[in-house]
Amino acid sequence: MNSMVDVLVIGGGVAGMEAAGQLARSGYSVILAEKEPLTGGHLKNWYHLFPDRRDGNEVGEYLDNLVKNKNIEIRNNTCITGITGRKGKFTATASDGQVVEAEAVIVATGFDLFDSRRKEEYGYGIYPNVITSADLEKMFRNGSVKLADGGVPARIGFIHCVGSRDEKVGNLYCSKLCCITAVKQAMEVHEKISGVKTFCFYMDMRMGGAYYEEIYREAQEKYGVSFIRGKVSEVSQGYNGRLVIKAEDTLAGRPLRMELDMVVLMAGMEMSDAGEILAGKSSLRRGENRFFSTADNHTASNRSNMKGVFYAGTCTAPMNITESISHARAAVTEVVSYLREKKQRDE
Amino acid sequence: MKDFDIFVLPFNTGLYFILIYCVVRCVIWFRQLSRADKLRLQRGFFGRAFGQSLKEIFMESLIHRRILKSKPVLGYMHMSLAFGWFLLILFGTIEADIFGAKHLNPPYRAIFFRFFNPDHGTTGLTRIWSFWMDLLLAFILSGLLLAVIKRFIPGVVGMKKTTRHKPADRIALTALWLIFPSRLLAESFTCGAHGSGSFLTGTTGAWLASFLPAETLAYPFWWLYSLSLGVFFILLPVTRYMHIPTELFLIFMRNSGISTGDKTGTFSEVQIHSCSSCGMCIDACQMNFVTGIRYMQPVYLHRSIRNDEDITEIAHDCLMCGRCEEVCPVGIEISAVRMIQRRNKTGEPLVKNNWMGYFRNRNNVGSEKSDTGQVYNLRNGREVKQADVIYFAGCMTHLTPGIKEAMMKIFRASGEKVWFMDEEGGACCGRPLMLAGNDREARELINYNSEIIRKSGAKTLVTSCPICYNVFRDSYYLEAEVMHHTEYLKHLIDDGNLRFNYSGRKVVYHDPCELGRIAGIYDAPREVLSWVADLHEIPEREEKGLCCGGSLGNLILNPSKKAAIASDAVKRLTRNNPEMIVTSCPLCKKTFSQVSHVKVSDIAEVTADEIAAVQVRKPRRPASVSLKVMVKQLLE
Repeated sequence: MNSMVDVLVIGGGVAGMEAAGQLARSGYSVILAEKEPLTGGHLKNWYHLFPDRRDGNEVGEYLDNLVKNKNIEIRNNTCITGITGRKGKFTATASDGQVVEAEAVIVATGFDLFDSRRKEEYGYGIYPNVITSADLEKMFRNGSVKLADGGVPARIGFIHCVGSRDEKVGNLYCSKLCCITAVKQAMEVHEKISGVKTFCFYMDMRMGGAYYEEIYREAQEKYGVSFIRGKVSEVSQGYNGRLVIKAEDTLAGRPLRMELDMVVLMAGMEMSDAGEILAGKSSLRRGENRFFSTADNHTASNRSNMKGVFYAGTCTAPMNITESISHARAAVTEVVSYLREKKQRDE
Repeated sequence: MKDFDIFVLPFNTGLYFILIYCVVRCVIWFRQLSRADKLRLQRGFFGRAFGQSLKEIFMESLIHRRILKSKPVLGYMHMSLAFGWFLLILFGTIEADIFGAKHLNPPYRAIFFRFFNPDHGTTGLTRIWSFWMDLLLAFILSGLLLAVIKRFIPGVVGMKKTTRHKPADRIALTALWLIFPSRLLAESFTCGAHGSGSFLTGTTGAWLASFLPAETLAYPFWWLYSLSLGVFFILLPVTRYMHIPTELFLIFMRNSGISTGDKTGTFSEVQIHSCSSCGMCIDACQMNFVTGIRYMQPVYLHRSIRNDEDITEIAHDCLMCGRCEEVCPVGIEISAVRMIQRRNKTGEPLVKNNWMGYFRNRNNVGSEKSDTGQVYNLRNGREVKQADVIYFAGCMTHLTPGIKEAMMKIFRASGEKVWFMDEEGGACCGRPLMLAGNDREARELINYNSEIIRKSGAKTLVTSCPICYNVFRDSYYLEAEVMHHTEYLKHLIDDGNLRFNYSGRKVVYHDPCELGRIAGIYDAPREVLSWVADLHEIPEREEKGLCCGGSLGNLILNPSKKAAIASDAVKRLTRNNPEMIVTSCPLCKKTFSQVSHVKVSDIAEVTADEIAAVQVRKPRRPASVSLKVMVKQLLE
């Protein structure tokens, strides 16, 4: 199958859908390639969004409506593995052999969640009551937070920075949204289970967003979430089957052992595998943090080193949904002016 | 016929200087030995060690057997220079004795035989003798040619990197390089003038004499020959060539049973001087061939110690994997020497050069900290359980709970009475403190753990971490037998207490440095694995095993470089596309897991997954199964 469109958008998550939708509204023909059977990306897995805790599905519906446009052809199960070509004409190939030709490309390959099994000391995949933040969202969505044996947890610990700010796993950067996610999830746990005790183990609380600090305060004042500054060194299982964590309370300056029923790992964001594959089969450059590197941090954060190929969303750095949508719209303005200039040159 | 000529003076001066120097140095070294080591040396001198040493000196210092085996061309280069020169001196002396004017000549008469006997070698037996002497000279010159090429293109002799040298070494090197060509020219000119000489000197001489005034030109070359010998001998003590006489002493000391210990002393000094700077350690070092770091390899450590330089960083910037020790042709206990430097916390050099580097003074460097009494507040009187087997997981296994859980499963299946000593945390085995040079603090932990193990009455102590294993085995005084879990698994299999499903999965085994090169356990893990999986081997195994890069031994190397070493090792391990990398060290597992796309498991996890009531499907006869097991199976 060979088709020529104005713009190819690689990745049907938040950024990709927003970019495709906005381009279509301006009259450009778009192919939206998504490697999964459904669009929506990670958003599909999130229950409530911070900071206002609205249902994630609401944003999902907005995006679904946005891409329902005759100018957009959505190609699901299409994993783009390489881009070749020069300004004005790009050829993208998919893993199943499809070829897409486009005048411009938006790369919106997004992120993958850090595989928490790589921090084996936290016991993910070994102890059933060690779960990730994504697993907890799933539990929220299903309506109940339960232990593996069906019991109700009385004490839950949240471990921040799993796979972020960690030299040992090779990720020096901050994933930006795990702190606020932990605050949100701790509050929600309190709402689902009365009398539960929650503990957040953090390195720094990075509450740099609108209304973040407010809900951090609410978590402490209204729900009594305990915030302990110090990284957890290891999780093990005691005689009674409960989890035992070892940590250090760096404010009190002493080591700490604590029994918990459930441990939630706040998994960070990493360059997605799909992005890695694409980078390997194109000349797109990546930074030391393995995300795609933009042409200019401040003034061209949507441009890549290939003229006519643009970036949108978390394939360049960790971002929340608000930022991903803004970044995608910014990418659209770049694409539109690029295509206009090209048209003028061609005439 | 002349008896003496003034040109022999540089050679004579150099020779008598170096002979006297070596005797004095040996006497100083001997006097500085501990009483026990002096006794060892005396016993060695009159015992078997003497013969062994002579054999080793012949095989290693002259023939260079170890280098020949690993790198034939490099070995030939060393052999031709060392063995060739030795033979040239030996036969030269015999020649002077038989064919000279009188018997028992001074050494210069042998070295400059041709000058004093220019007409020798034209008839009968002397002709054959001359041919033989020429052959030896040609043998040496061929090695020298290789040495010169190696300096510029190390690849020729199978080396990737050669050693960077210091000015004194360069002068000595030049002198050494000049010795044999100047001998060739001096002899050739003399032969050319007198119509004597064999296939090399005779032919060259005749050709040179055909268009040059041979008689006049010979004399300056005899001067050059003597001068280069003299300069080489005088500079020898302050250059790497000191290794030539020192190595003999080293071999003798080693065969007498003297070892490095933990403080600087004669033996460590002799080892440092025995380093020939051949640079084979550079090629073996992963920090060199993966990350391009080329200043901390043993050859540079030893040289910096000899040159009185600040070695703090060199001493600490090392993974302590021991790959260099395996390839060292001299057999220097490199890690022990490095650890001595690490224990020195004052920054003062342990030894200082004086007399322009010809002699050294040992500084009495005190320990940095005054004895402040107990450092750790370890809870005494903690609960101790009686058991036959004690399991000590260690800190690294606590960070890899998959291994811990697998061990629990294995213990349950074994039916033995096991107590998990540090299940709820315990004291460290002591190794990190020892590696950082804090032995006194480590001793506190050792005493604490020893007491618990003794009270439990256990006969066996099982560890999952090879580091703990080595520390318990070497630095503790325990009645219990210390076993790494690979050995314990083998013991359970041998006793018929554990049976497995043979999964047939294609796996590759990674030898951890601490379990392999340091503890010497290679067969147990392979045998255990062969019962559950299809083991494939790679060239970098056993003694040549790779460091995973996660070593606790290096606190200087940054994590991205450590990750690069890990990635490189994984690349080599997965060359044949195994389903899984199996190792037996929690640190290796953890390090590889960060960079590997292939699953990384501990041997305990792989076996625990396959525990069965009866052995299902016999494995294919694995290549590494020991004779003992084969005999046992035949008898069944």
